[in-house]
Amino acid sequence: MNDSAAVLSPERLKKATGFLLFLKTVIARAYPRVIGAQREKSWMFFDVFLPMLAVSAYVFVYRAINAPEEYIGFVVVGGAMTAFWLNVLWSMSSQLYWEKEQGNLALYIMAPNSMMAILLGMALGGMLMTALRAAAILILGSLLFNVQYQVVSFWQLFIVFILTMVALYGMGMMSASLFLLLSREAWHLANLAQEPIYLVSGFYFPIKSFSFWVAAAASIIPLTLGLDAMRQLVFPSGPTLGFLTVTIELLILVILSLVFLIGARYMLVHLEKLAIREGRLTESRR
Amino acid sequence: MAIQDLKMSSTDVSAQIESRPTGRGFLRSFRMAAWLGWQIESNWTDPFLFAIYSFVKPLSTAAILVVMYGIITQGNFQSPIFTYIYLGNAFYIYVGAVMAGVSWAVIDDREHYKTLKYMYIAPIHIPMYLFGRGVAKFLVGSISVLITIVFGTLFLHLKIDLATVNWLLFFVALFIGVLMLAFMGLILAGVTLLIAHHVWFLGEAVAGALYLFSGAIFPLEVLPLAIRWIGYVIPITYWLELLRRALVGEVADAFPTLVNLSNNQILAILVGLTLFFAILSVFVFRWAEHLARERGLIDMVTNY
Repeated sequence: MNDSAAVLSPERLKKATGFLLFLKTVIARAYPRVIGAQREKSWMFFDVFLPMLAVSAYVFVYRAINAPEEYIGFVVVGGAMTAFWLNVLWSMSSQLYWEKEQGNLALYIMAPNSMMAILLGMALGGMLMTALRAAAILILGSLLFNVQYQVVSFWQLFIVFILTMVALYGMGMMSASLFLLLSREAWHLANLAQEPIYLVSGFYFPIKSFSFWVAAAASIIPLTLGLDAMRQLVFPSGPTLGFLTVTIELLILVILSLVFLIGARYMLVHLEKLAIREGRLTESRR
Repeated sequence: MAIQDLKMSSTDVSAQIESRPTGRGFLRSFRMAAWLGWQIESNWTDPFLFAIYSFVKPLSTAAILVVMYGIITQGNFQSPIFTYIYLGNAFYIYVGAVMAGVSWAVIDDREHYKTLKYMYIAPIHIPMYLFGRGVAKFLVGSISVLITIVFGTLFLHLKIDLATVNWLLFFVALFIGVLMLAFMGLILAGVTLLIAHHVWFLGEAVAGALYLFSGAIFPLEVLPLAIRWIGYVIPITYWLELLRRALVGEVADAFPTLVNLSNNQILAILVGLTLFFAILSVFVFRWAEHLARERGLIDMVTNY
């Protein structure tokens, strides 16, 4: 009895505050994404198996029409990056909607932590978890279809990838706030944003194939420029098929990262207030 | 006391038999489920957004293939391979719509609306109910197929001459194919009743695998020899071939996959495989349902 009282005594509790609380929240929210997901080994199979089916189908289409071998590589790299788009769509943007459906959202808001830290934890965890799946698709696809790479600069490739991830998950954090206001339509809208984005972002072909303005408009999705820059850096004919130079694409990715991260902060504050005022945080319209 | 028990149990049994739907009951289960499915599919938004939602997705998938093809062939849309790819992809919309539509009803009712247990205590025929739930997706899928083909004909030189189309073959093949997909959906629905973790992926995984092996968007000869045989045992391969032959006969002749088989032979294979799947689906669903009842899975909520 005395022991439990001692454990619960306020003097013995070390409360995290400020930045430490923020950091702990980020780690706590990232933890189930990274560790929990790895425990479910069969998910790994489905996460790799499904994109591999699409990759294989598109590879065989290119083979049926006698496309140059580099296009096979374009499909494999694009297929690997679909894992990130699906993760942002279903596990970032829609996440607060799922939490609302399951009754966790109110708990998040009641707890003495920052919602921004929760979103950041979701993003970091999701990014790490998805990187494993994307790597598996990339390795498997490259081996199966004998894709040859010729990397121009590993450093540039690394920076492009990191910036693409920051901008992409920043966009996911921003859209998560928007989804906070949605109900049943959230699922449908996320579902709608799959194939059209595969199309306009050039997941399976060079984005340069579109007219300049279509490609420019599609560049609002960070994966469009990220993929284009990565292809330019890993395939010999990449630069000739690139939309813009890698340097310009890097610069735009920096701008997109800043815009989306700052936008996420403001949108979250604004839409959380709106959702509270309109009583949408606990509603469940199935 | 024993006689009273016997009387009670025989009354219970006859009451159960009376409440089991037959004939008109099957039809009612189907009709009401179709109406319910349509409401679920469409009433989450206004008709305009629903229309956009229904058409954008399939048109985008078609457009990916069109752009891929256009880049490599410099826009040579007159080639038979383009018609082959485009039509195969357009009609494949039915696979996702009908097959996944029927099996998805189990997930929707059990996990989302939590009403599957009420369906089981209602006087309805569950397989007919599931078929009915697939009707809404079939309707939306049909409009998507139509729009995709009209788009191809108007803007991509898809050569479909309405005067030379073999309409009888087309509608017979379409009808049998949709039935076959519904039976495959029932098999998936049975499996879905038994599993928790992957119900969300199951329909997508099966549809994706069939997309790859059925020669929907490339002739089977492109597949490596070791896996090509899979395409020959999948009914969808024959179904898509018949639809292509009915709409544009010369396109099908341009590829060697089933060129040695006549329309009637392919139709006979399709009917045979559909019958096989019909019988298999009845047994698989009954077995899965029995296990699900025994293990208490009908009202399971996994929160996955």
